Amino acid sequence: MSFESVSALLHMHGYAPYVWPAWGVALGALALLALHARYEKRQLLRDIERRIRRERVNHDTQA
Amino acid sequence: MWQIVHKLGSPKWFYRVSGPWLPWLWSLSVVLLVIGTVWGLAFAPADYQQGDSFRIIYVHVPAAILAQSCFALLAICAVIFLVWRIKLADMAATVAAPFGAAMTFVALFTGSVWGIPTWGTWWVWDARLTSMLILLFLYLGIIALRGAFTSRDSGSRAASILALVGVINLPIIKYSVNWWNTLHQPATFSLTRQPAMPAEMWLPLLVMVLGFYMFFAATVTFRTRNEILRRESRTRWVRELAEKTH
Amino acid sequence: MSADRLPEASSFNTSAAPLRYAFLATIRRDLTLKLRRRSELANPLVFFALIITLFPLGITPRQEVLRELAPGLLWVSALLAVLLSLDGLFRDDFEDGTLEQLLLSPQPSSLLVLAKITAHWLTTGLPLAFMAPLLGLMLALPATSFPALCATLALGSASLSLIGAIGAALTVGLKRGGVLLSLLILPLYIPVLIFGAGAVKLAIDGAVVMPYLALLGALLAAGLALAPWAATAALRLSVNG
Repeated sequence: MSFESVSALLHMHGYAPYVWPAWGVALGALALLALHARYEKRQLLRDIERRIRRERVNHDTQA
Repeated sequence: MWQIVHKLGSPKWFYRVSGPWLPWLWSLSVVLLVIGTVWGLAFAPADYQQGDSFRIIYVHVPAAILAQSCFALLAICAVIFLVWRIKLADMAATVAAPFGAAMTFVALFTGSVWGIPTWGTWWVWDARLTSMLILLFLYLGIIALRGAFTSRDSGSRAASILALVGVINLPIIKYSVNWWNTLHQPATFSLTRQPAMPAEMWLPLLVMVLGFYMFFAATVTFRTRNEILRRESRTRWVRELAEKTH
Repeated sequence: MSADRLPEASSFNTSAAPLRYAFLATIRRDLTLKLRRRSELANPLVFFALIITLFPLGITPRQEVLRELAPGLLWVSALLAVLLSLDGLFRDDFEDGTLEQLLLSPQPSSLLVLAKITAHWLTTGLPLAFMAPLLGLMLALPATSFPALCATLALGSASLSLIGAIGAALTVGLKRGGVLLSLLILPLYIPVLIFGAGAVKLAIDGAVVMPYLALLGALLAAGLALAPWAATAALRLSVNG
């Protein structure tokens, strides 16, 4: 461990305003990409299912 | 041989086979990223010249490497799609382009934040940063071109042609930007210095790079599967799948 | 060049004319069409001059500052002028169906596309190169740099036409392709800009510019080999899609 305490780690010997935003944006971008992918999949499956249901209703009313 | 290629190119087959791989890819990438983060932020020694600001390297370099690898993937997919008309390659290219653009943006952002303690300003027309900026424009061009076509197939082919033109131009652009940079401002202090980094410093970097690659593989596979669902949404197997999951 | 000797594009596919004839006929046709609309021909030149007029107004009229900036200003303005003219490279032929005929003709279509690009360069890049010294005078460039300015612009604008043709071909089928075209093409123009402006800068200092001209020539050779081929593939896609 190259820091004496957690507060020293957070302080980064004065480089905190540079190190933390850079890491935050990088890891935040990864998290956003993953969450977006998951959201996209849910949305797609829901849309497909909704369309199936709609087509079924149309089919029943026509019959 | 050709049967294998066409089987590999079948979206349904890919969807089925890639499913079991995904949890492994996700967990491997998370484990690597966590190890790399803790190691890089807390345990790696500070640089004797740049101090702790050096720790930005552990996200800057992986993002920059991914940004370039992703463009290579785009070009490979473009060749496969244009020559063999394998739609799966185009689906991968569709989802890889925004990922590459995001990585390019991360590399640019972390690079310019790193620039303040090292150079004293947000932006320096350093050769690497400038090439990265141009790469971002290339990505945005490819994404915009694909979106501009109403027919999906035309958009795919146009984006593939542009990706190939871009990949041929990229080395020329990098070379010319380096040339321009050495002419205008002799390199005073490069962000990522090559000479002999000790193992305690480059090992966490290696872990982070691998973590980013695993994350890239997981995200692109996952979103390629989404793209399959989108494009095959009228086929029977996708309908059955949608009904089963809900 | 009189209009009655104008070969129609549709006559190409009646018989497989020799390549040289087809190539020259395409150039002649395009030049004739361009020369019929003189005002459109002059537009890029006027644009070029206008942009150069804006810079001293926006920055400063001081000669030493202008001289310092002149190579870059001239090159960026010329580049934008070429970009502005690119949309017209295939647009008319696409709309009246000539382009489809061209792609169906028995001659290798990338060669005919190269002919169209050549005609574009003859009517845009080359006049820009000849006009540049005049604007260089206004930006206080020394007369010794004029040959280099002309040579780099003539050589470089050929590369610009070639690379630009790919973008024009990709966007010709789109309704609003103009802004997209610049997004696609400008990043690819950067090497030409760097070597072109760099050579002019060297010429002002009185240094040897041949290495830079050689590099521009290398870019042109690579462009000649690859760009017509890529542009043709893009045109096929635009025509079919």
